[in-house]
Amino acid sequence: MLRSPERPRRTLLRRVVSFVVFIVAVLVVWEAFKLLAGDPIFVNHEKVWDPPLKVWLASDVNLPHVWKIWSRTMAPVTSGADESLGGYLIGQAVFTMRESLTGFVIGALLGIALATLFVHFRMIERAFVPYVVASQTIPIIALAPLIMFFTGHNVSSVIIIATYLCFFPVTIAMLRGLRSPDPRALELMRSYAASRRSVLWKLRFPASLPYLFTALKITATASVVGAIVGEGPGGMQEGLGRALMFFSQQYAISPEKLWASIFVTAALGILFYLAVVGAEQWVLRGRPQATFG
Amino acid sequence: MTTSPTGLGAPVVSLKGVGKTFGAAAAPVVALADINLQIGEGEFVSLIGPSGCGKSTLLRLIGDLTDATAGTVEINGKPARQARLDRDYGIVFQSPVLFEWRTVEDNVRLPLELFGHDRASQTARAQEMLELVGLTEFAKRHPYELSGGMQQRVAIARALAFSPSLLLMDEPFGALDEMTRERMNSEVLSIWERTGITVVFVTHSIPEAVFLSSRVAVMSARPGRITRLVDVDLPRPRGLETRESPRYFNLITEVREALRGSEGGSTEATLASPERTAAEGGVG
Amino acid sequence: MQALRRNIPALLILGAILVGLEVFVRAANVKSFIFPAPSAVWAALVANWNEGYRIFPAARVTLTEAAGGLALGTAMGLIVAFAVSRFPRSRDTILPLAVAINAIPIVAFAPIANNWFGILSPYSKMAVAGSLVFFPIMINVLRGLTDVDPSALELMRSYGASPGAVTWRLRVPNALPYFLTGLKVATTLSLIGAVVGEYFGGLTDTLGRVVVGAASALRFDITWSAILVVALAGMGMYLLAVAVERVLIPWHPSVRGDQPA
Repeated sequence: MLRSPERPRRTLLRRVVSFVVFIVAVLVVWEAFKLLAGDPIFVNHEKVWDPPLKVWLASDVNLPHVWKIWSRTMAPVTSGADESLGGYLIGQAVFTMRESLTGFVIGALLGIALATLFVHFRMIERAFVPYVVASQTIPIIALAPLIMFFTGHNVSSVIIIATYLCFFPVTIAMLRGLRSPDPRALELMRSYAASRRSVLWKLRFPASLPYLFTALKITATASVVGAIVGEGPGGMQEGLGRALMFFSQQYAISPEKLWASIFVTAALGILFYLAVVGAEQWVLRGRPQATFG
Repeated sequence: MTTSPTGLGAPVVSLKGVGKTFGAAAAPVVALADINLQIGEGEFVSLIGPSGCGKSTLLRLIGDLTDATAGTVEINGKPARQARLDRDYGIVFQSPVLFEWRTVEDNVRLPLELFGHDRASQTARAQEMLELVGLTEFAKRHPYELSGGMQQRVAIARALAFSPSLLLMDEPFGALDEMTRERMNSEVLSIWERTGITVVFVTHSIPEAVFLSSRVAVMSARPGRITRLVDVDLPRPRGLETRESPRYFNLITEVREALRGSEGGSTEATLASPERTAAEGGVG
Repeated sequence: MQALRRNIPALLILGAILVGLEVFVRAANVKSFIFPAPSAVWAALVANWNEGYRIFPAARVTLTEAAGGLALGTAMGLIVAFAVSRFPRSRDTILPLAVAINAIPIVAFAPIANNWFGILSPYSKMAVAGSLVFFPIMINVLRGLTDVDPSALELMRSYGASPGAVTWRLRVPNALPYFLTGLKVATTLSLIGAVVGEYFGGLTDTLGRVVVGAASALRFDITWSAILVVALAGMGMYLLAVAVERVLIPWHPSVRGDQPA
């Protein structure tokens, strides 16, 4: 039966509203915590509020006021610089995004190709799949510094890290997806004397798409994490990872800078994820869908 | 109000002017309207009708699993809610609804645990019930190790474990194949004869309704009403001969015609498909 | 036995790769600071087990951090999931929200944790690991507590069961497989949290610092041996979670093996 088109739209609206409400709630709790247990508030060097409690986590160093983070974001990145901190961070985010997106795409394509190979050649599957599965149980991100030092501290090493973080989950999900068609559907294709290639294109690939997107939603985040770890501890001179590392060292003087970097990183992760969700909604339109996740 | 003990001949189930309306006040969907039915002690009554006629909703009203929007529902002379809290009835759904983390025996034991019976009597009662449905040797197995028919027998054992006076069954054998279904029908009848329990049985299948029941309530859709009550006077105990007797076929024809008359169309209740359920639900 | 036979091709490949690498590195005389031979990695592991880079004490600290984070994140995840499940109507709002927030690269929080709890303190790493662990546990348990067969709820209602009885006899057992699925993911995540937290700075005697320190000293043999220990620790924790699963839910399809993994 056809569903009225207003329903998904209303769901979307509710999601957006709930997200906005959540962010506002976090900021309110944040400031309320500071009012209750933070440092005294001064206006024009005059103490206007002295919180009744003292909690170390709520101090101005550990948890700066939201408005101070905002005004710091609008201020120049370093004294006298033309660029604002916000502008600088967005530039770094674009840099990181390029790396993680490249890694994401290459990793996904590799994963799809390998899974397709595995489905058709049982021996290859049995030789390699145990390692792909085992890779899910080990923190392969531990390899990041090694790759940075091994291939040089450049963009391509960061892309390699992002790629292999995406590659493993996509391979596993894709293998499952390619195997997911109903045996009767395969028998139907057999009754048509369909070639392996048509079975792949007309049945296995379309059936695997929901599985693929489930993996892509995970790897969207993983690729950003990979890029950040590659850039920061890996010692790149650009990118959000580097900003996190660098501003972390200035934390005692200017904690707002690190907080601003974290917010930009969080926004990048969520935007990447939402882009994949949007693509999923479009590609899988008309199919019965899980409600979330 | 005071709960009076069941008087002799007093109805176990008493429905007076019962109605059920779903949805917003602006666009109400009338699922059931003006249902009147008295079911006496020891009766076996089937509710049959096309998909979407509200027969499962009616069963849930009797069990106080949903609220009536009109009329009164009384079980053993008490409001349905009080009867539920007094554990007056056991229920069996279309799917067995066994807890997969419990063994067969522990599933049967579940209501007894909830009602605070002591452990020894729980075990004794559960074993007794499994004997009743012929599953003694499967007591320690988990549900997944049993076939669909066996799982449904566990569900029946669970429903009877605390000796309720009323058994509600919601298309319990709808998912089983015809042969298993007929065997289960005979088993239900034998349990009914041995325990003397009152049964309300929802079904899609005309032969099943006729074979089992002392009375068949034929329902129509949109809104759901009871259009006809067919007395089934087939001799008991019923068995293979019953299914081959001319009277049986006559009664099947009678119920079928009653259904057709109530439908005003040619909908075969037994052929109603899930798709049709969805479509009809949308129209209403 | 059958599992062993199934994995023969995989084991053969592993052997071939190790032998191939060893032969190649020796024959081509590849320098250890470019690419170490498998035997060199093993030798480095043995030599630095308790002295030099002190891999064993480092592993103990890192595993403590991971375990602490796992315990912390699991406890928080369980508490929040139970709290939210009390309000079934808010679940449909909170679950997608939690899934979206989980898309935040939480490791970015590592520098803040280092500043909050002290860069040398294990608690800063536990905080990162705990934040990573929190989401899969919370999301899975919340799903498990609320994705209950409606007929099972009707059954409990027909018994006039109290809300407590519904929770303990139906919702909690129903959530158990979901929880263990989350826990398996969480074991790996806790180790990632600890190691990545260390990458952003920490005590020398931690696996993360050994990896970074040895790599920057171009001692790739030691880097690889430390990574090997991280990998084995990850697998060990995962297998522990699988063992817990086998004990707790032997009846579940994921343990019975009826369904493909």
